[in-house]
Amino acid sequence: MAHPLSDPATARQALATMWEIRRFEEAVDDLFARGLMHGTMHLSIGQEASPTGVCLALRDDDAITSTHRGHGHCIAKGADLTRMMAELLAKETGYCRGRGGSMHIADVDTGNLGANGIVAGGIPIATGAALAYRLRGDDKVVACFFGDGAVNEGAFHEAVNLGAIWKLPVVYICENNKYGMSFSTEKSMAVENVAEKAAGYGMPGVTVDGNDVAAVYEAMETAVARARSGEGPTLLENVTYRWKGHSKSDKNLYRTRDEISEWQGRDPIVAFETRVVEAGLLGRDDIAAVRDEVVQKLRAAVREANSAPDADPSDLLDSVYASA
Amino acid sequence: MSDQDREISYAEAVREAIGQAMEADDRVFMLGEDIGVYGGAFGVSGDLFERFGPERVRDTPISELGIVGAAVGAALAGMRPIVEIQFSDFTNQAMDQIVNQAAKIHFMLGGAAEVPMVLRAPLGSGTGAAAQHSQSLEAWFAHVPGLKVVMPATAEDAKGLLLAAIDDPNPVIVLEHKLLYRTSGPVPEEAFRTPLGQTAVRREGADLTIVATGVMVSRALEAAETLARDGVDVSVLDPRTLTPLDIEPILADVSRTGRVLLVQEAPGHVGFTSEIAARIAESPALYRLLAPIRRLSGLDIPIPYAPQLESAAVPQVPDIVEAGLTLIKES
Ligand SMILES: Cc1ncc(C[n+]2csc(CCOP(=O)(O)OP(=O)(O)O)c2C)c(N)n1
Ligand SMILES: [Mg+2]
Repeated sequence: MAHPLSDPATARQALATMWEIRRFEEAVDDLFARGLMHGTMHLSIGQEASPTGVCLALRDDDAITSTHRGHGHCIAKGADLTRMMAELLAKETGYCRGRGGSMHIADVDTGNLGANGIVAGGIPIATGAALAYRLRGDDKVVACFFGDGAVNEGAFHEAVNLGAIWKLPVVYICENNKYGMSFSTEKSMAVENVAEKAAGYGMPGVTVDGNDVAAVYEAMETAVARARSGEGPTLLENVTYRWKGHSKSDKNLYRTRDEISEWQGRDPIVAFETRVVEAGLLGRDDIAAVRDEVVQKLRAAVREANSAPDADPSDLLDSVYASA
Repeated sequence: MSDQDREISYAEAVREAIGQAMEADDRVFMLGEDIGVYGGAFGVSGDLFERFGPERVRDTPISELGIVGAAVGAALAGMRPIVEIQFSDFTNQAMDQIVNQAAKIHFMLGGAAEVPMVLRAPLGSGTGAAAQHSQSLEAWFAHVPGLKVVMPATAEDAKGLLLAAIDDPNPVIVLEHKLLYRTSGPVPEEAFRTPLGQTAVRREGADLTIVATGVMVSRALEAAETLARDGVDVSVLDPRTLTPLDIEPILADVSRTGRVLLVQEAPGHVGFTSEIAARIAESPALYRLLAPIRRLSGLDIPIPYAPQLESAAVPQVPDIVEAGLTLIKES
């Protein structure tokens, strides 16, 4: 819980988190391309500053809800890379014992209440978790991640309004990456920024450069303080961009190569590295060391996950209901 | 190559039906998520956007309730909308408009209005998309009076049943199995109709009747080949539409063979084949049974992600063969 530019240790942590997200997803992309991974995947490469800045402003015991594009949220909240990789590789040791896969990872121990395969599915859930904290006299906050596309679901409207009228300790975080699958925000909404919608619910709406981890942190810190002190939610909009297609089947027909490369030029990780060096927080050798550590960590995670036992079908029927 | 021999994929057959319906009738239009330049999540709408433009192939925001409701309203006001819901799981977002509105309007209004709309959606497992993208919810829709429910199992039916659904003055839910989209079969080029409510006899045999829906039809046919090698002569019947249900050919075939195996992908508990079992039990076909009615269904679990778990969750060809052999032994 410190500004990513406040001291070398925090800067290092923020950088390592962003690299972990990037390298994790590159590994997933590669395993997929080689036919070693099943199902479908939604990668958040290019968006790493958003979950990293958000989670830096949270306490360990605060909670998040996540989305189909959730690897970054999971990692930023502290999930174990090996168990995540094991889940994606359909292993018994994965977070969901192979039952959920990429779109359903939860890690209740680190406050991750779960990714979601349903667009906007997590927004009411985050609101309800915040209600529970309020009812139990807990001073925890929920950070609720969703995409720009989710804002057009009825669930967004209903849940955000509940959060506002009950002044719940939740921060609604829209990761506006300009597209919901192939549909651009220019076409999907008649206002320019998602944050403008906040006015209709009577809460602050803030738009920030979602590729600037420090800017995300600062906006989030204010929103968290407000939520924790009982003043209610904020709608925070992190403007960002996904470099990869929506999922494995995307031919990118709805956007131009120029647009993609323009955003690749605004790499949130490279930008942060430049800033920490300029601020004298880390040297180039520290940065090289962070990169190297992350690569080693990822290799170990893939190796360990690969050697774990496959998910076991024998007790599927016993997995449906919780036992009393 | 004659017209009869032309083979196209199930997805192409759906697209061809929509294209022909839109050419023939200005009232027909399509709306759904990513059906424009993306061509649909499963590539079904394909080039329809280029052919008919953004007014008639309308890309929408991610707003299933709004989309289906807009179709209900447009249908009431004289149009013939075809909604694509990206995965049938997301009909859950739109249930008010499907169940409380579309299904009931004609009846509630004493026949004063009609809702001639089609809702198409892919269902089923087999793609590793896990529990929220793999369900088979057909029995829910079939349970609601006022909806018609179609499950095409072949490319030909994907076209013929869809054209009939578009003509129909009622809301019709067409559930397309996502594993079938890339399968091919002979499909006539002309805009032919396959009437809703006609069970298809896919194969005729003397010893055992298998009734299967959706992707289970082709699995049942494959199992029938294996069973034939074991000396078991199998009929395979495909109801094609769950509502209206054409039960007579099923009762007749069961009366002839004396044995029936009902196969569906959906969980067995309160599933569609329970209805077929009940209809058999209520009919004189019951007296002709040589063994108890047997159902083979998906496990009563959400669909898991891991491939080995996912395939264990729903009937596969060897499971159908085994169930068939057991039935024969029991009789
Ligand atoms: C209710 C629902 N409708 C549609 C989908 C299919 N779908 C999955 S992700 C997605 C796009 C979501 O866009 P956005 O919310 O902007 O998130 P992003 O993918 O850009 O991170 C769509 C249409 C879904 N999973 N759930
Ligand atoms: Mg988006």
